[in-house]
Amino acid sequence: MNLEFTNEELAFQEEVRSFFAEVVPKEWLTRVRAGLRLEPKELIAYQKALAERGWGAPNWPKEFGGTGWGPTQIYIFESEATRAGAPIQFHQGLELIGPIIFTYGSDEQKKRFLPGIINADDWWCQGYSEPGAGSDLASLKTTAAKDGDEYVLNGQKMWTSYAHVASHMFVLARTSNEEKRQQGISLLLVDMKTPGIQVKPIDTMDEKHHTNEVFLDDVRVPVNNLVGEEGRGWGYGKVLLDRERMVSAANAIHIQQVIDGARAAAERLIAGVPLYKTPTFSSKFAQLEIEATALKTMVLRLMADAAAGVDSGPRGSMVKLRWSELYQSAMGLWLEALGPEAAHFRGLENTQAPSDMPYAMQGALYSRVTSIYGGSSEIQRNIIARRALGL
Amino acid sequence: MNFDYSGEQQMLLDSVLRYGLDNWSADKRLACLKDLPSNVTKSWAEMADLGWLMLSIPEEEGGLGGTPVDVMALMEGIGRHLIPVPYVTSCVLVPALLSGTGETATEILEGIGLGNIRAAAGFLESEGGFDLNYVGLSAELSDNRWLLSGEKVHVEDGGDADWYVVSARTAGSIMDSDGISLFLISANSPGLKVENFRAVDGHTHSRLRLDNVNATLVGEKDQALMRIESAVDRAITAHVAEAVASMEMANAVTLDYLGTRRQFGVSIGSFQVLQHRAVDMAIAAEEARSMMLHATLNLNADPVTRKRAVSAAKTRVGQTGLYVAKQAVQLHGGVGTCDELIISHHLKRQMMLDTAYGQADYHRTRFANVS
Repeated sequence: MNLEFTNEELAFQEEVRSFFAEVVPKEWLTRVRAGLRLEPKELIAYQKALAERGWGAPNWPKEFGGTGWGPTQIYIFESEATRAGAPIQFHQGLELIGPIIFTYGSDEQKKRFLPGIINADDWWCQGYSEPGAGSDLASLKTTAAKDGDEYVLNGQKMWTSYAHVASHMFVLARTSNEEKRQQGISLLLVDMKTPGIQVKPIDTMDEKHHTNEVFLDDVRVPVNNLVGEEGRGWGYGKVLLDRERMVSAANAIHIQQVIDGARAAAERLIAGVPLYKTPTFSSKFAQLEIEATALKTMVLRLMADAAAGVDSGPRGSMVKLRWSELYQSAMGLWLEALGPEAAHFRGLENTQAPSDMPYAMQGALYSRVTSIYGGSSEIQRNIIARRALGL
Repeated sequence: MNFDYSGEQQMLLDSVLRYGLDNWSADKRLACLKDLPSNVTKSWAEMADLGWLMLSIPEEEGGLGGTPVDVMALMEGIGRHLIPVPYVTSCVLVPALLSGTGETATEILEGIGLGNIRAAAGFLESEGGFDLNYVGLSAELSDNRWLLSGEKVHVEDGGDADWYVVSARTAGSIMDSDGISLFLISANSPGLKVENFRAVDGHTHSRLRLDNVNATLVGEKDQALMRIESAVDRAITAHVAEAVASMEMANAVTLDYLGTRRQFGVSIGSFQVLQHRAVDMAIAAEEARSMMLHATLNLNADPVTRKRAVSAAKTRVGQTGLYVAKQAVQLHGGVGTCDELIISHHLKRQMMLDTAYGQADYHRTRFANVS
């Protein structure tokens, strides 16, 4: 039992560290620390830089253009990204549809779509949730009716993040009505330029446009864009279950950026003393750091499990749940550190305001969604109760 | 980087678990507690025969030279079955204080390892809280003999000790880090008054009053604080492993109860509110286990890293341990409060483990202030 890296791993760490020193601009820092996504063009530039270095898909096998890295290398990579102020890679292509395509897709689909995900020529969004299908996704109503060599999509998708940017969308739609609701659902790959797709922004409390409603009105999709078999789409999500621990792990590693953000804000002087040195704040900050230490060690154990090919059980769900809680409390502490000026969201005319002024508040507001999306904390608890505790 | 026990460590853990099940299992516990002193004495002798008492004593002082991970493995077994022996005090703390300080210490360590001697250590004084640098007990040199006078308000597991290691002020004033020295005193020294207190978890602690007690200096004069802090960090980390194993056992017992207890015509584990509580308890235990590993694997790091790791673990394991034990009682309902069920014993031990060497809040402050 030990925490040390091997010499090879240390050399890799050096290599990654010098790469990040080159590619991460300083103006990203506050947004990254606040857990906010960068602008699409910034994320695309970042992804392209990674792809050029051969590191575009850290979690993918080599044969599909990934790095083939093991868990320890991925841990080192994300830790160095965190240190350097780099963002999390945009995950909907890389972590959601990419792995489904390379596991279940046709050779043609792999050839057409996988390179575009890695080199950021394509941007994918996820057409899963609907107005009546949130946590209960199997109740989705969007239909795909076969008409010759095309499917005709009709319905409404909701919470479709970055649909306004995306070139493609992967859609779950009902191709038949079966007794079991999870059956008869198919997975289709849709070009966003197809006629009949209308994207409407959803205004969210953080005043940042990231999510949308998507209306599908007689959208015609070639049958070649069906992934796997018709009616089997629900099951393909299972491949992600085992992978999502790595996504949760990456988020959890990046929690240090939020903590650094709160700590930097606490340099503010209170009667000549930095806020972080005052007893109440220092105590709350220590609590946060301690809980983050527990989370990081949970991630290390998860990585060790993955390296040994051992099932982590529900540890991925636990990490997701605790990460979202810690992100939220860290943003709360960051706002508290801003003091009275936390009330200043944006400067109006004739105001000298720092350009990164809104980010802490935006992050604090945005953070609320992290315990809701990707399986809410309550759904995660249901999963853990069932899978780990047998309840 | 890996978190697996070696084959030998796993064997040690397995044999302590087997020993605990055979001798201190939940169904035998009440009977054991009725004659606690003789059962502890019996276990102590058996543990000596098994070689466990000499685990963390260096080889050159008659021990096995075990690592922090070895100690962690053993403590998991002790915690799972709540074996109320003074192991951490006599076999982890005292060896860390005494090892390498000379002949007298070596003799005592050999005796501890063989089970012939029990020793405890006193640092804390009235008005000092859990601060190890708050030392007012005086040491005067007279005719080449050290004479100690003063008081130690709490000596963990001091009840049956044959020897006490105490901190005393040999220079400077009451809160100075310098000027603290360590001394050995025999339990039957003239001028030493030992008052014993039974705790709720089966352990026996002491208060010491010293009036010109003859003592032997151990280690370097005036410079003992670093040694004390390092030794106490080892004791805390061993306690953390005990607490984690106790949490996991409390969770297992509670989960079993959720499956068997029926109310409203169904098993109570079918209620979502109780399922989610059980999940939070499981997450708490996962966090605690992670903190245990973090502290144990940093015990031999530089002092700043070590102190932060140990205090972080002490804080989080104190919080999560109490959470789990209290919820375990809650989920059992009325019977959870009974002596007859093991659950109440886990709560009492968690409360005492949190208290030992400073509760969660104390260590959170230490974590924040370490530099």
